[in-house]
Amino acid sequence: MISEEQVRHVANLARLGLSDEEVARMGGQLDAILESIEKIQELDLENVPPTANPLRLTNVFRPDEPRPELDRDDALSAAPETSDDLFSVPRID
Amino acid sequence: MAETKEKQTYQAVIGLEFHVHLATKTKMFCGCRVAYGDSPNTHTCPVCLGHPGALPVLNEKAIELGAMAGIALNCEVASHAVFARKNYFYPDLPKGYQISQFDEPICVGGHIDVPTSDGTVRVGITRLHLEEDAAKNVHVGESGRMHGSTGSLVDFNRGGTPLMEIVTEPDIPTPEAARATANQLKSILQAIGVSEADMEKGQLRCDANVSIRNPDGSFGVKTELKNMNSFRFVEKGIAAELSRQQEIIEDGGRIEQATMHYDPATDEVYSLRSKEEAHDYRYFPEPDLLPLELSTEWIEEKKARLPELPAEMKSRFVESYDLSEYDAGVLTADRDLASFYEEVAKSADAKQSANWISGDLRALLNEEGIEISDSKVEPKDMAELISLIENETVSRSAAKAVLAKVFETGDSPSVVVEKEGLAQTGSGELDGVIEGVIADNPDEAERVRDGDKKVVGFLVGQVMKATRGNADGGRARELLMEKLGS
Repeated sequence: MISEEQVRHVANLARLGLSDEEVARMGGQLDAILESIEKIQELDLENVPPTANPLRLTNVFRPDEPRPELDRDDALSAAPETSDDLFSVPRID
Repeated sequence: MAETKEKQTYQAVIGLEFHVHLATKTKMFCGCRVAYGDSPNTHTCPVCLGHPGALPVLNEKAIELGAMAGIALNCEVASHAVFARKNYFYPDLPKGYQISQFDEPICVGGHIDVPTSDGTVRVGITRLHLEEDAAKNVHVGESGRMHGSTGSLVDFNRGGTPLMEIVTEPDIPTPEAARATANQLKSILQAIGVSEADMEKGQLRCDANVSIRNPDGSFGVKTELKNMNSFRFVEKGIAAELSRQQEIIEDGGRIEQATMHYDPATDEVYSLRSKEEAHDYRYFPEPDLLPLELSTEWIEEKKARLPELPAEMKSRFVESYDLSEYDAGVLTADRDLASFYEEVAKSADAKQSANWISGDLRALLNEEGIEISDSKVEPKDMAELISLIENETVSRSAAKAVLAKVFETGDSPSVVVEKEGLAQTGSGELDGVIEGVIADNPDEAERVRDGDKKVVGFLVGQVMKATRGNADGGRARELLMEKLGS
């Protein structure tokens, strides 16, 4: 069982503000996810390396050659706030 | 006295962590240019701005440079390596995670041999991994740049720059050795061309883990020292942190884990506000990138391409120029200084060249705080100066003054000698001066004739005074003795 404390910790790491009711609900949902993933543990995985990607490819590179860049105004256009050609963000604590 | 004795038993435990920009044209995961000092936010794209759906693709050159650095640091290059996400929120990290490496880095387990005044120290390299640099925050308020605003401003030109993190073992015994380690690492990286490693441009950054060993030999609690932006401050910062820890221990206190900053202005360290929560990065393999499989042939090919390393160059200098280990070490610690030396030694005596460059010239550079590449002294000037000494145009002591003047003005040594009248007093002239000194100091001259050799020094001094230091002291002594039949 995932504890309420764990739910709050994970929510905090993801910068999510959850109400008490949401903490309870999410806890139940996360438990259900963990349970279904636990099914995998029933298999013998002793000699199976962890798989991060289903593609059987390695060493996919691009050459070190410059490619077109964004125009600065375009780059900044997606930002809620800008100042002096810079992205403006709230103060960091 | 007891205090002094007790102090000597404290043993520092120092480990360093370096972040180094790789010398690529483009960023780690996208084709934006890596540039320094360009107008803000002119080198960005959806990948390095972290736009949804944008996918990273590995820069092949960065992988090559990382592997070459590992080989040069005597590391093992992993046959299998993966990238991982390091999750945290900060405005300079638009994706909410940094792509880095975690449990399967590209290189592990190397070492470098670091020359220090107490002999060579072997410093272990724990690991070397590749990652992307963050963007650059301009904190408002501190700089007072934005009127009334209380936020941060972000320039994404640096965001995504290929970065190599190198972590040493806690093998470093003193602040001086820490500085030497940083120097040695820098010269290796520069020698193999994987990074310009210019600290001023932020291409090389250094953090330190510092602790004092417990009396039972176990490691004490360590603190992390950040913000050391020059090698001198690496040494001074660690020294300041060690003395802070020592004082706490002497007062019976306990060291607390903390992140410290060094302030060069006050030569003191101060603690940063501690975070409420310990870091919880939740690393996991980066699903947007495929694993690296580096074959033995690929690794061998990189190894074959490595140029001469500082340690190899040092042995060659000892061998082919017949230099002492120390001189060879000093000269090869700085790639540019080494090339300068080799250039001078082509046309001047190898040993004399080494003495002048590692001695007087380096002292002048240190005094001014500049590199040889920024100096006005050219290799041909150094060679000329040495030949002026050899053909006795200038005395050794006058040559020092000539060098200082060349260093200052960029004039050639012969021009300086001419302008400043520093030419050595010729033997005919010297003869006359000596006759004069003997005539002016009859009592002393008489004592020398009677075999009192101690007085010769006084007379030589008079000769030097009369020639304003432009005579060869040894020659003057010989002539005096000859004339006084002693």
